[in-house]
Amino acid sequence: MAQQRPAGARIRQNRLDRGLRQAAVAETVGISPSYLNLIEHNRRRIGGRLLADIARVLGVDPALLTDGADDATLDQMKSAAALLSAEVELSHTEELAARYPGWSALIAAQSRRIEALQAQVQALSNRISFDPQLAQSLHEVISAVTAIRSTASILVGPEDLDSDWQRRFHQNIHDDSVRLADSSGALVAFLEAPDEATAGAATPVEQVEAYLGQTEFHLAAIEGGGSPQDVVAQADLPQAAASVLARFADQYARDAAVLPLESLEATIKRDGYDPARIAQRLDAPFATVLRRLATLPRTRGHPPIGLAISDAAGALLLLKTVPGFAMPRAGGACPLWPVFSAISRPEQPVRVDVALPAQDGSKLRCYAIATARPAARFDIPPVVQSVMLVMPDPPDATDEAFPVGVSCRICPRQDCASRREPAMIGLSA
Amino acid sequence: MGKRVLLIEDEPNIIEAISFILSRDGWTVHTHEDGATALNKVLAHPPDMIILDVMLPGRSGFDILRDLRAEAATSKIPVMMLTARGQAKDRDLAQRLGVNHFMTKPFSNTEVRDNVRSLMEA
Repeated sequence: MAQQRPAGARIRQNRLDRGLRQAAVAETVGISPSYLNLIEHNRRRIGGRLLADIARVLGVDPALLTDGADDATLDQMKSAAALLSAEVELSHTEELAARYPGWSALIAAQSRRIEALQAQVQALSNRISFDPQLAQSLHEVISAVTAIRSTASILVGPEDLDSDWQRRFHQNIHDDSVRLADSSGALVAFLEAPDEATAGAATPVEQVEAYLGQTEFHLAAIEGGGSPQDVVAQADLPQAAASVLARFADQYARDAAVLPLESLEATIKRDGYDPARIAQRLDAPFATVLRRLATLPRTRGHPPIGLAISDAAGALLLLKTVPGFAMPRAGGACPLWPVFSAISRPEQPVRVDVALPAQDGSKLRCYAIATARPAARFDIPPVVQSVMLVMPDPPDATDEAFPVGVSCRICPRQDCASRREPAMIGLSA
Repeated sequence: MGKRVLLIEDEPNIIEAISFILSRDGWTVHTHEDGATALNKVLAHPPDMIILDVMLPGRSGFDILRDLRAEAATSKIPVMMLTARGQAKDRDLAQRLGVNHFMTKPFSNTEVRDNVRSLMEA
């Protein structure tokens, strides 16, 4: 909990900020310097008339000496000024915080956000600049392109080439094109991979995903009858991440109450993982079944199951990746994923087998549904949330899987009607 | 026999293409693929000009260039650097070390030929 500075310390700080001597202030308000000293060191309580007199001598509102902002907010406001080398009235920080607590909290929050973003930008920049895997992949791509360009120019140039040279150069182009394909694939894999290098600079949602990922999003504490608060306390995450985890744990507890683990696993044993069948058998909402299935861990004999939850704007609220399934966290995801297309038809369950480009023919079975939680006030839109369950390599996958991508920038499907920007590489689909 | 160009590069197909282009243009092209032993190769048979890649096994092109400029026998040999890293800081470093020309991959054959000619004539 944030610590408020005691009144004595505030009086002392304000006096020192104004360059007033203790004896002079004490004399003006009619007390001894030693008594003021005891007050300033919080060994005597102060209030009423004496507080008002000292505030008047210091030229501040009495409330500033008793109800100011907590130390953490004041420190953050001062650090905000230092961070941007801003010339502000530092000696009036407490006064500002006392008079405008909302604005002060905003300054502090924005300062923390700027620091977090700067750390994230630095981590990403370092990754681009120094990641040996990226450097190696780019070097391979550029080397292959250079060799192909130079060799092809020779072949189409005005020089007369005998058949031996022609054969040799054709072979070289072939070899380099294979190398280019391999190195491009490695580059795409790198861009798709989870970013361990920036884990330290993760957003609160990413911190929660990393934490939940340790147990495949399965919360044994809640399954065993514990509370969401227990989960949050045990996780020991930073404040913002803790609040994200609290929301997830609340939803988890509600879902677990509707679909207890024991009955869910018994139904799976009898009927398999088909969420529609489970929903029907247990008379449970489809979205609840999807969220419950996605938290079944492999340690209990279940297959890997991915999860994506999005809001109406297409922002990912939660992402659980599994082998063969990944989506970009920071926006720009392929809009063809069922988690997004389901938003346009709320309450209608969707089942689609999808295939990513440049994979070995493996498919992902996606189940999705968007639900709307009505607002309790007039003229407020409902809160729409879409949930998608992802099961790799379904044994009964359809032959014609729906083509999706990760994001346009690394997607080779040039003729895609949903493309929003050109690809940075041009692989064939 | 034409003037001698030493190409220090580790990509076989780039070596073959550049060797072919420059040979047809009248130069005698020698090649070397290992960064660690490149300086010895230059000292053993000083060429009229060096084409030097940056990313080499054993030793970087920047280190080799630094040594070339420090040796009296090689300090005046024109050096053209080839690199996939076209960042300004790499170009600045190469210039500080005394490179005569800096080319970023992928380059055209005409660029290579024209730059070699102009460096030899300078």
